[in-house]
Amino acid sequence: MTTEKAVAHHWRKFKERYGLVGSKCESCKHYFYPTSIICPKCRRKGKVKEYKFSGKGQVFSHTTIRVAPEGFESYIPYVVAIVELEEGAKVVSQVVDRSPEDVGIGMPVEVCFRKIREEGKSGLVLYGFKFRPVK
Amino acid sequence: MGVAIVGVGITKFGEHWKSGLKELIMEAGIKAVEDAGISGKDIELIVGGSMSSGMFVGQEHTGALFTDYMGLSPIPAIRTEAACASSSVALSTGVMAVKSGRYKCVVVGGVEKMTDVYGNLATTALAGAMDRDNEAHFGLTFPGVYALMAQRHMHQYGTTREQIAMVAVKNHENAMHNPNAQFHRKITLEDVIKSPLVADPLRLLDCSPIADGAAAVILVPAEDAKKYTDTPIYIRASSQASDTLGLYTRPDVTTVGATINAAQNAYKYSGLGPKDMHLAEVHDCFTINEIIGTEDLGFCKKGEGGRLVQSGETKIGGKIPINTSGGLKAKGHPVGATGASQAVELVEQLRGEAGGRQVKGAENGLAHNVGGSGSTVVVHIMSRNRK
Repeated sequence: MTTEKAVAHHWRKFKERYGLVGSKCESCKHYFYPTSIICPKCRRKGKVKEYKFSGKGQVFSHTTIRVAPEGFESYIPYVVAIVELEEGAKVVSQVVDRSPEDVGIGMPVEVCFRKIREEGKSGLVLYGFKFRPVK
Repeated sequence: MGVAIVGVGITKFGEHWKSGLKELIMEAGIKAVEDAGISGKDIELIVGGSMSSGMFVGQEHTGALFTDYMGLSPIPAIRTEAACASSSVALSTGVMAVKSGRYKCVVVGGVEKMTDVYGNLATTALAGAMDRDNEAHFGLTFPGVYALMAQRHMHQYGTTREQIAMVAVKNHENAMHNPNAQFHRKITLEDVIKSPLVADPLRLLDCSPIADGAAAVILVPAEDAKKYTDTPIYIRASSQASDTLGLYTRPDVTTVGATINAAQNAYKYSGLGPKDMHLAEVHDCFTINEIIGTEDLGFCKKGEGGRLVQSGETKIGGKIPINTSGGLKAKGHPVGATGASQAVELVEQLRGEAGGRQVKGAENGLAHNVGGSGSTVVVHIMSRNRK
């Protein structure tokens, strides 16, 4: 009755989650997250390369979570947003370092590296990207 | 070849301390079989939806469980899963099975037993309907997904907090006349707007409740239908479409592409349009989704959904009554049973057996069932008329 995962599950996502690494299709110039071997637009005909995003973007939509799932109870209230990166790709992440009522659509944000949560009985500490307002 | 529904059965939705998965399935199944006037030996296939029996009660292999509990072994059974659209996928699978010519009598249903786990475990299980690695990983919840949609809808179209709340008020009013609904309590705009925040801007009374329940329908070929009943209800279209698993990659989060695709195909197959519908069950897992659904189904223009509910035209007696059953909001939302329960509501309405919530003269109705954030959408159009 849990979503607790073995270490390998998190280990294989380190590059994406630690470095905000996604993909760029050289054929259609489409950027997307996470990485994939096929382009969502060109499918197998695309020329997909790994791409490290600049980490700059803006809030596309946002919400403040006040009823949390397992593992996030101690963080409420926290802001989860869809962030539109300057390359055009979108990601879901938390927006931190700003009180929830001051987060709005269009707010410029930049990536930062933070703790996401601790996982269940293993106590594994999961890290990854979040976003903060541009100073 | 057409397909008709000749029997329906449903449990009360809500918290069932005395009933587990087994009792819920048996109650809905037996009611449907008795309503159709058939017996077990007539049934050739079971297709049943369940979103997450594994996480909610630790039980998988629910296809075999359906036949075992109903005493119907050795007939084949299929479990379908598409999050909250699980039992509409069961219905569309059952329709395909009858249309193939192989099966002449199919039981289609859905079940979920959600209240045997505590609240945050239910939240965790439901989060499996989104992109677990790229959305839920960051602490996003399902109310949060729809809050992201609501925030943009308000931003792009000026939809107001009050308009969104009107969906909940209307659906609670409708549920007063549905004996199987979870809530029999009228609420006011102020109740919704002052209820606790869950995921801003959505509040507790914007959210459909955790519930237990089951529903079932009996499918037969249209040409056989009058052998079973004088009032068969014909399935004029059964249409399913997909969109991205995650909400975040879509260019516009105020519209659900899979609803538009499924609805357009359903209108094309049936030869009917949104103006021909006398009622619709629209997937209001969260209030904002009824507004988005009425737009994407073509009952109003994009961005006008808030004004449509405000106009009163989606109430019983209006131009297009929406969620006469009380919807997911007030009837309850045992996720795997919801699609089948929408079918039950359309059949009761089109037969003219919906009591205090009856839409007068209803001949055609539409059911819209959404899995996840719109990653799976199923649209069914049903009618009293075969063609």
